Amino acid sequence: MRRFSIRTSNYGYLFILPFFITFLVLQLYPILYTFFLSFTGLSTADPHGSFVGISNYVKLFTDKFFLQSIINTWRIWIINFIPQLIFAIGLAAILTRDKIVGRGLFRGVYFLPNLVTAASVGILFNVLLGWKEGTINNILVALKIIPEAGKIHFLASPLWISSSVSIILWWMWFGHSMILFMAAMVAVPKDYYDAAAVDGANAWSSFWKITVPQIRPIMVYVLITSLIGGLNNFDIPFVMGEGQDLGGGGPVKSILTMVMHLYNMAFTGGRQRGYAAAIAFALFIMVLVFSLIIFRTVARGGRDTEKEIKGV
Amino acid sequence: MRRKFNIGIFFGRFFLYLFLIVLAVICFTPFYIMIINATRSTQAINLGVSLIPGKAIVENYRTMISTLPIWKGFLNSVTIAVPSTILSAYFGALTAYGFSKFRFKGNKFLFWVVLGTMMIPTQLGIVGYFQLTVKLHLINTYWALILPSIATAATVFFIKMYIDANIDPALIEAARVDGSSEFRTFNRIVLPIAFPAVATMSILNFIYSWNNYLTPLVLLFDQNKYTLPIFITLVKGQFKQNLGAQYLAVAIAVVPILIAFTIFSKYIIGGITAGSLKE
Repeated sequence: MRRFSIRTSNYGYLFILPFFITFLVLQLYPILYTFFLSFTGLSTADPHGSFVGISNYVKLFTDKFFLQSIINTWRIWIINFIPQLIFAIGLAAILTRDKIVGRGLFRGVYFLPNLVTAASVGILFNVLLGWKEGTINNILVALKIIPEAGKIHFLASPLWISSSVSIILWWMWFGHSMILFMAAMVAVPKDYYDAAAVDGANAWSSFWKITVPQIRPIMVYVLITSLIGGLNNFDIPFVMGEGQDLGGGGPVKSILTMVMHLYNMAFTGGRQRGYAAAIAFALFIMVLVFSLIIFRTVARGGRDTEKEIKGV
Repeated sequence: MRRKFNIGIFFGRFFLYLFLIVLAVICFTPFYIMIINATRSTQAINLGVSLIPGKAIVENYRTMISTLPIWKGFLNSVTIAVPSTILSAYFGALTAYGFSKFRFKGNKFLFWVVLGTMMIPTQLGIVGYFQLTVKLHLINTYWALILPSIATAATVFFIKMYIDANIDPALIEAARVDGSSEFRTFNRIVLPIAFPAVATMSILNFIYSWNNYLTPLVLLFDQNKYTLPIFITLVKGQFKQNLGAQYLAVAIAVVPILIAFTIFSKYIIGGITAGSLKE
């Protein structure tokens, strides 16, 4: 292998060149350029983007919509993510271990909502969640969960619309996470369970003592990718909150997310792109910090557990 | 072997299946109601839920098509998604092959860079990208949405794993001995062998491009150029009074994905899983 590799090594660069040119010009450069713009006042009023130092970043702390959008984004993500993780791990365990008839079918159906265009899902639920004519209200009335007169005005209440977005995200993502956990659980050597069974462990304790530590790397992956996606949440809240209040964001801006605020700043009204660039980087720093925290706590925790197992 | 009937296990199984089925119903019902309501009149939808189709589909279609050029959006989305998919497949495979079968200085480091880019969301550089496309005169063109597909990190990663496992260096060496150029070897030998991996990633990339909303929303100004998701979101303002037409428009956008999923689900799930097992 080495013999031929040395002879033709320069071709390697040639093969990866198109990727890296594209990456540098169309992905990395825009990011660095955004960083640069975050120190300028680029907007309709200042088309040449004069240098303003860190004032855009200072402004973030006094922008009540931005601060509100941070809270909204986290709330929407966490309320979706905790049940998502519980359902994903629980279902993955059930579908990999118990002999379930129709396992492949369940897996496929749970995953299905994930593939559908988020913007279309937003519109679909926007109609389904309608007030007097909404199908979800009609179902609740038919099942006698609520009375005819007590139909819920989902889209007009800050609490309901925000919860609805979280539930829709849970609906879209628990099957996706479940599939990742299933792949990880299938990879756990069967001997471990057999050995535990010999030692008298029941299903519950072998789940906590064997499965959970073994799927920890996937847990870190799911946590971090979900965090990145969750903090960049845009499509569904944007579509559902559009047309409500000024500049969208639902009743009293309850589903205005950080990226929605970025979009509103950069591409509507006064086109404050310098300021929007600062929002993008504030968001990036937030993602970076929390990813590192997750990595440090969950991934390191995993190493300690492994030591414990080996020590015993 | 005599099996004792255990009532506890029986109920356990019963509730387990009940739970799984209820959850499956929750996952599928919104789509089912969407399809049913697309065929019902607004009055019928207002009156209540139905599980059987209505007769108003033609009427709904006429209402929808009179203001919403949905097939235009369909065509526009295809015009973007097909070249994007082809570019990411070809250049993804090319890059993967470069990393997999050539040893050069910085190979490992550059591959880490590729993996690192998977963690960067597009939203981070969107303001800078907008400004760049203005300068390059790519704003309001499909090129601005298509060209970045040349660098799709997940595709490179997935195909590289496949090439690592399935292409013997001796085979490439044999092609060299026969006088095949490096580029020809890639096109004639590597690409066909890597086809299953390329196809899997292409399905995912197509869906990703099809579903993309924010970037086209930001970069396209002409209503003529709007993609399907952008057109779909317009129904919210356009047919406030006609629910059937709204459902029908969403159904036209969603049903092709449901069909694609039933055909390709195995590959799609395989492709999704592989990305997470890189540790």
